[in-house]
Amino acid sequence: MKNQEPRSISSCAACKFLKRKCTPNCQFAPYFRADEPKKFAKVHKVFGASNVSKILNEVPENQREDTVNSLVYEAEVRLCDPVYGCIGAIASLQHKMVELQHDLILAQARLACYVENQPSYLDDNINIIAPNTDFQEPSNGLVESLNYNSMPFDQFSQFQFP
Amino acid sequence: MQQKQQGASSSSTSYNSPCAACKFLRRKCMPGCIFAPYFPPEEPQKFANVHKIFGASNVTKLLSDLLPHQREDAVNSLAYEAEARVRDPVYGCVGAISFLQRQVDRLQKELDAANADLIRFVYSDQMAPPVVPLQPSTPHAVVPRQVRNIIGSESGGGYYNNNNNNNNNNNNNNNNQTPIPFPYSLPWNYQNYNNNPRGGSGGI
Repeated sequence: MKNQEPRSISSCAACKFLKRKCTPNCQFAPYFRADEPKKFAKVHKVFGASNVSKILNEVPENQREDTVNSLVYEAEVRLCDPVYGCIGAIASLQHKMVELQHDLILAQARLACYVENQPSYLDDNINIIAPNTDFQEPSNGLVESLNYNSMPFDQFSQFQFP
Repeated sequence: MQQKQQGASSSSTSYNSPCAACKFLRRKCMPGCIFAPYFPPEEPQKFANVHKIFGASNVTKLLSDLLPHQREDAVNSLAYEAEARVRDPVYGCVGAISFLQRQVDRLQKELDAANADLIRFVYSDQMAPPVVPLQPSTPHAVVPRQVRNIIGSESGGGYYNNNNNNNNNNNNNNNNQTPIPFPYSLPWNYQNYNNNPRGGSGGI
C-alpha cells in the first residue's frame, strides 16, 4: 500500500516567488504567507532575498517579525519614491515638526499676553508648556540636511510596533 | 624614449583610481561606471553599507531607472537608509519615522491645547465685562474672525488645521497620495508627504 503522506503545506510567498521548494524550516515562511505575494515581491525588488535572509539571521528570532515588517514598509516607500524613499518621509516629518514648534511658540506667546491682562480666575486651566524640542529646520538640500548623527538610531530600538 | 602606452587600463585614465564600488567588487572601473560619480574611493564604507543592505545589482537597477540629476540624491538616501539598517537591523530608519511621528503628535496636541486656551481668552474679551466666571467654550463653537487670525496668520497657516473654522489650508497641499497601509498603527498616514513620482519610469 502506498504510503500516503500528507501533502506538504503550500509554499510560502517567498518560495513561490523564487520558484523553489518550501522546506519545513524555511526562514521566510513565518513572515511571508502565501496569501501575501506582493509583500515579498516588494522586499525582493528593493533588498533582494539573500540580503533579507542575512538581515534576518542577524536579529533574534523574536524580533524577526518586526524586522520583516519594517523592511516591507521601507521597500514600499522606496518603490513609491525611488529617489528619496524613507528619507523623504523623515525630512517631511522634520519640517512639520519645525512648523508646529513655530506655531506653538506663537500661540503660547499670545497666551502669555492674554494671561497678563486677564483676571486671575481665568488662569486656572491655562498651562503654558514650553516646547522642549530642539530640532533644527532642514537646510535647502533635502538629503544633505540629514546626517548620520542627526538621528540617534540606537535609541529607536525601544520603539516597539504595537 | 619609451612612452607609456595607455591601453585598456583599469580606470578611465591612468590617473583615476577605481571608485569605491569597483574596489569593493574587485572589478575594473570602466569609464561609464554608474557608481563612480557617487561612490568616491575615499568613502569605502558608504558603498559597503549600501551593498550589504540593498546589493549592487538592485542599486544599479534603481539608478538606471532614474534621471541623471536624481541619482545623487537617490544614492545618498540609500546610503542613509543602509547605515540606519546597519545600526538598527530590526527597525532601520523606520524607527526614526516612528519617533518623529510621535513628536509631531505631541506637538500637535500641545498646539491644540494652546489654541483652545486662546479661544477662551478671545471669547472672554468679546463677552460682557468679566464679573462672572466665563462658561467654557463648546468644542464646536464658531470661532470668531479674530481667533482665526490669531491661530493662522503669523505662521502662514502652519500645519494647524481646525476643522471647526476652515482655517488656512494653503500649506497642506500634499494630500494627493494614497496612504501606504502599514500593518501596525503607525500614526503617520503618508497623506501629508508629497510623494510625486520622481523616477523617470516611476519605479524600479
